[in-house]
Amino acid sequence: MPIWNEKYECMSRDEMTALQTERLVAQVKYIYENVPYYRELMEKKGVLPGDIKHIEDLKYLPFLTKQDLRDTYPYGLFAADTKDIIELHASSGTTGKQVVTGYTRKDIDIWAEAMARTLTSAGADKSSFVQVAYGYGLFTGGFGAHHGAQKIGATAIPISSGNTARQIAVLKDFGTTILACTPSYALYIAETLEEMGIDKSELSLKAGVFGAEPWSEEMRDEIERRLGITATDIYGLTEITGPGVSFECYDRSGLHVNEDHFVPEIIDPATGEVLPHGSVGELVFSCITKEGMPLLRYRTRDITSLNYEKCACGRTLVRMGKVQGRTDDMLIIRGVNVFPSQIEGVLLDLGKTAPYYMIIVDRQGVLDTFEVHVEMLDEFFSDEVKQLEKLENEIRGKLQSVLGISPKVKLVAPKSIPRSEGKAVRVIDRRKK
Amino acid sequence: MFVKQISVFVENTRGALSKVTGILAENGINIRALSIADTTDFGILRLIVQDPYKAETVLKANDIAVKSTDVIAVAISDRPSGLHDALAVLRDADVTVEYMYAFVCRSDCEAYVIVKTDNPETALGALKSGGVKVLSSNDVYEL
Repeated sequence: MPIWNEKYECMSRDEMTALQTERLVAQVKYIYENVPYYRELMEKKGVLPGDIKHIEDLKYLPFLTKQDLRDTYPYGLFAADTKDIIELHASSGTTGKQVVTGYTRKDIDIWAEAMARTLTSAGADKSSFVQVAYGYGLFTGGFGAHHGAQKIGATAIPISSGNTARQIAVLKDFGTTILACTPSYALYIAETLEEMGIDKSELSLKAGVFGAEPWSEEMRDEIERRLGITATDIYGLTEITGPGVSFECYDRSGLHVNEDHFVPEIIDPATGEVLPHGSVGELVFSCITKEGMPLLRYRTRDITSLNYEKCACGRTLVRMGKVQGRTDDMLIIRGVNVFPSQIEGVLLDLGKTAPYYMIIVDRQGVLDTFEVHVEMLDEFFSDEVKQLEKLENEIRGKLQSVLGISPKVKLVAPKSIPRSEGKAVRVIDRRKK
Repeated sequence: MFVKQISVFVENTRGALSKVTGILAENGINIRALSIADTTDFGILRLIVQDPYKAETVLKANDIAVKSTDVIAVAISDRPSGLHDALAVLRDADVTVEYMYAFVCRSDCEAYVIVKTDNPETALGALKSGGVKVLSSNDVYEL
């Protein structure tokens, strides 16, 4: 697979450190001068721009969290003058009030560059047709993929999300080669194709870039098999730029972070201490090139680790592991940490039910109740109660061995769990007051 | 000599059962016999209908989990020991009954019983040679 920008994607660690140092030093000064909110945080911590001389000094800077974004809503962390902002986006507000981010022309170029690297790594080139089935709008998914596809010179098909029958008509008629959407929507498209009796061989689809929600290896296998494509994982967040913060290569040994723009760190979420290379902890990003809303040491709440070894693909960009979960998504049930993606993994692995599930957590007295609803598949339905109870027990046993806690498993009717065209809602937590 | 039974997955929620009967009604499918196996969370509705193929097709088209199973329909004379005689035949043939349900027929002095066993072929042979009246699918569908 070709590499979009070898100079930056394959530079030596020494060169990268020098580049990051130069950029960070300038960026800290720029932010200190232009963002009063962050200047105050720095002064409170006793750090001045002159103290930051090397990329290693990043650890002295104060953190930013989603709460800071809310407190300064909407423009309080903008460094550029609003007359220089040419595009606004906002997060989907999955976990509370939306957060806003603004891009200058240079920021859009950085974003397009990051997505061009991402799409190239997935196999896109000038001749590709990229069907962007991420939502267009305030959500960054649609425009991010769009800017990247155009930067490469590929053909962007800005269909946005939803209207699955139309998606399929376009996939077929326009000769789409690359599909960009959430993994759960890719699976839904595959399911609909099968229902319509369209064989994957009738499509020109070769690859997919899927992100914006956590997904498992088993789900990847399922998408690849049912759509006959290579499925690539991408990662990003609105606060930093949107999709394209990191991306997978063919080696699939982690996601390469575009660290010449977005510098990652792993910290202990409890103490804030930077953890040694390879440790699992909370991912933190610093934007060292952006102008509009350049966040420094932004805590993502995503749990992962970093690998600085050179990759088999030739890139030297540091790799982050697949996000293991989000401190937000993580449920604590009877004191045990549960990530919804683990449940999906078990169901796909077992292959006896549809991969759709709903987690229902409630509290009775002092005890948490934990129920997992799983869709019945025709092939595994039986006229005998004992067979269905056996199936429920099998699922419960597998879940218990993976999660360390035993849920009540309830089989529900086929297609009764809502399908998602964007981010799938898979948890109902009734314990929250 | 097997009869097709249509089994339907029904969640234990309000309206789940009437959704199924509604689809059958709309498609003009007449129910000949039924039984429900219920658990805390779900039920299995077992149906003998006039046109099992059509029932299976229309239910599937409505995203309902359906399974078609071969069962045996026997006519039992309406007298003490009528059912026992038939079951004794199965016991002697080492066949296990998974479940059964009875329905009453309007005309003759007979009760009809649907039996699902672990070994349908052996059960069928044993019942026939044991002198139990086994009904054909047409007998049952066209009641």
